[in-house]
Amino acid sequence: MTKNLLARPSAAVTLATLVLGATACGGSGSDPLANSSKSSGGGGTVTVGSANFPENVLLASIYSQALQAKGIKVTEKFNIGSREVIYGQVKSGSLTVLPEYNGSLLTYLKAKAASSDEAAVNAALAKALPSSLTLLDSSAAEDKDSLTVSKAVADKYNLKSIPDLKGHAADFVVGGPPEFKTRDEQLFKDVYGLTFKEWKATSDATANALKDGTVQVGDIYTTDPRIISLNLVSLEDPKHLFDVQNVTPLVHKGDLSDKGVAALNAVSAKLDTAGLVQLMKRVGTDKEDPAVVAKDWLSSNGLA
Amino acid sequence: MNWLDWISAFVNDPAHRSGPDSIVHRVGEHLAFTGEALLWASLLAIPAGLLIGYTGRGAFAVTALAGTARALPTLGLVTLAVLLAKISDLTVLIPLVALAAPSLLVAAAEGVRGTDPQVRDAALGTGLTHRQVLFRVCLPAALPTLLAGLRTATVQVIATATVAAYVGLGGLGRYVIDGLATKNYPTTVGGALLVVLLAVGAQLLFAPLIRYSLPPGARAQRRSLTPKESL
Amino acid sequence: MTDEPLVRWGWIGSHLAYLRDLTLDHAVIALVPVLIALVIAVPLGLLCTRFPRLYQPVALVFNVVYALPGVAVFVVLIPYTGLATRTTVMIPLTCYALAVLVPATVDGLRAVPEALRQSATAMGYGPWRRLAAVELPAAVSYVVAGLRVAAVSSISLAAVGALIGRGGLGYLFIDGFQRTFPTPIVAGIVLVAALALVTDLALVLALRLLAPWAAHERRATRRQRGATQ
Repeated sequence: MTKNLLARPSAAVTLATLVLGATACGGSGSDPLANSSKSSGGGGTVTVGSANFPENVLLASIYSQALQAKGIKVTEKFNIGSREVIYGQVKSGSLTVLPEYNGSLLTYLKAKAASSDEAAVNAALAKALPSSLTLLDSSAAEDKDSLTVSKAVADKYNLKSIPDLKGHAADFVVGGPPEFKTRDEQLFKDVYGLTFKEWKATSDATANALKDGTVQVGDIYTTDPRIISLNLVSLEDPKHLFDVQNVTPLVHKGDLSDKGVAALNAVSAKLDTAGLVQLMKRVGTDKEDPAVVAKDWLSSNGLA
Repeated sequence: MNWLDWISAFVNDPAHRSGPDSIVHRVGEHLAFTGEALLWASLLAIPAGLLIGYTGRGAFAVTALAGTARALPTLGLVTLAVLLAKISDLTVLIPLVALAAPSLLVAAAEGVRGTDPQVRDAALGTGLTHRQVLFRVCLPAALPTLLAGLRTATVQVIATATVAAYVGLGGLGRYVIDGLATKNYPTTVGGALLVVLLAVGAQLLFAPLIRYSLPPGARAQRRSLTPKESL
Repeated sequence: MTDEPLVRWGWIGSHLAYLRDLTLDHAVIALVPVLIALVIAVPLGLLCTRFPRLYQPVALVFNVVYALPGVAVFVVLIPYTGLATRTTVMIPLTCYALAVLVPATVDGLRAVPEALRQSATAMGYGPWRRLAAVELPAAVSYVVAGLRVAAVSSISLAAVGALIGRGGLGYLFIDGFQRTFPTPIVAGIVLVAALALVTDLALVLALRLLAPWAAHERRATRRQRGATQ
């Protein structure tokens, strides 16, 4: 058993290991390259992404199928991360389209709008966005904080919007997440001149607290399916105390054809909050597939 | 070298110095999860493993059970446990116990089964009962294998307990998952580094234990102890 | 979670094709890394037995790698290999498999009796032929044992890829969690476990067919070890 008998296989093995190690560690570039160099200018495949929550998956599915209905090839990358992670993906072009919310996006970009209405927010966004990104038309659909009451309370006091609470607020208890009071108590005084009787931290149980009367007014997201299942009414917010959050497609510039832009603008033209809550009830409560719900909505609106 | 910048940013973040998101508190939570999971897994798996190893019965069942348990995805178990039982510390324990138990079960059975049958026969021949043979002869002989299994289980639990943060629980996974969600490299890398340090620390802790669990004559000989779940 | 059942059987019935596609994707994401790791581990294991001093540092590196949380590795890889790509998920899985397979290969090669090696040399086998005809076949049961552990762990760990958008069956866990819908989670757990068990069984059968000697060998060595101690 001499040394040089052993030497040959081990030398070969060393070489093989080095080569294999190199391919394992460095040879991984093909996939991401194929993924990120999609700058074909609208003729090729469009990648629709979504953030990691069901409503965003549903909206992305609506966008995707609306594009496909116009003959555009789509790759879907849904539920892949938070805004912090996926915003950069649209910026770089790895994703072409992303359903966004104008108010949150403006906050994320650390920009400020002159006033808090939709037009001002979108104008500020247009300035704040980098040159590679653009927003298409905003829809009327909003997923934002809202003051919400039960249908019974709304009928009894004839409540449609927040100013209607004037004269009743002093008798009403407000529920919401723990930070709701510190964040918004002063705003309600300043913007609407409303002072409530008491603030309760009801967190996730706010909707149920409205139903059973523990609180009369609560902070509920406008697309929460419990608005339907527990028969609640969201009050209008004419002075925009809460940030506007219109569902708006964020697009990597140049990667979506005019046909695609038209298809998504047609979606935004039809989408409103009441419709979106209905869709979210089917996804969140009835556990239907987002893709099926999206398809139904598109065909009933003549978009697919 | 931006890795070093990340680490210093992680350590110097005031939120990581004190309060619920401090390094000390997160490491404490992580160690508590790990310790509790290992304790429960040991109570469940070791007696069963010893018995199976000693009687030689049910070895096939053990292999199948251990294989199935090892195949259970922790992320799935954690999410299911939270949906069914709400978020509590107990919730995260179930998946971690399921993770640790197979290694312990297999190590205990393998360790006892590996004792020399002649030694066992001799012990019985001197008048010891089966119970005495199991605890005085087989258990000491099985100890190195058992400890090696415990080491494997510890490392697995320390590394996997990070997943619990996805459903909102604490521990070092908070840094890793929150770092992903906020695209904050220092937080993720710092959290990962702490997990690795804990795991390596645990391994270092086990090395002398395993060594001194060997009979004196065997200490010099045994070079590697890697019973990689080889039932 | 008051009126939601643990399993909505109707959902499973209407999603069979979907579940099949996720399972296939999962199998690729989880098992290709194990194959890559095998191709690397065997030569690396050979190196570590030829140069024993190499083994300590290599073992240390893989011990550290084994403890790395997958999610953290994803975060560091995303800028290079992309979000929601297979590559990003498969790189850490390859490393985990290596951490199991390299020690398994080394243990297997170390367990080849010196007498066997020397007889092969005495019979005129060159080093390559001896490696292929004597040493690797003798080590194969250890490697396959490592392969079984690596494959099963990989299948179970791959689900975490869902947190960055590519986790095969893992998608069922985050989808079910987000919609407080246990059915997909239960289906996912069962399918992951089933995929792991089928893979494990396939490896055992493959060992019996391809290396029938190895299936009996381990019991024999154990008996032998017991007798000589």
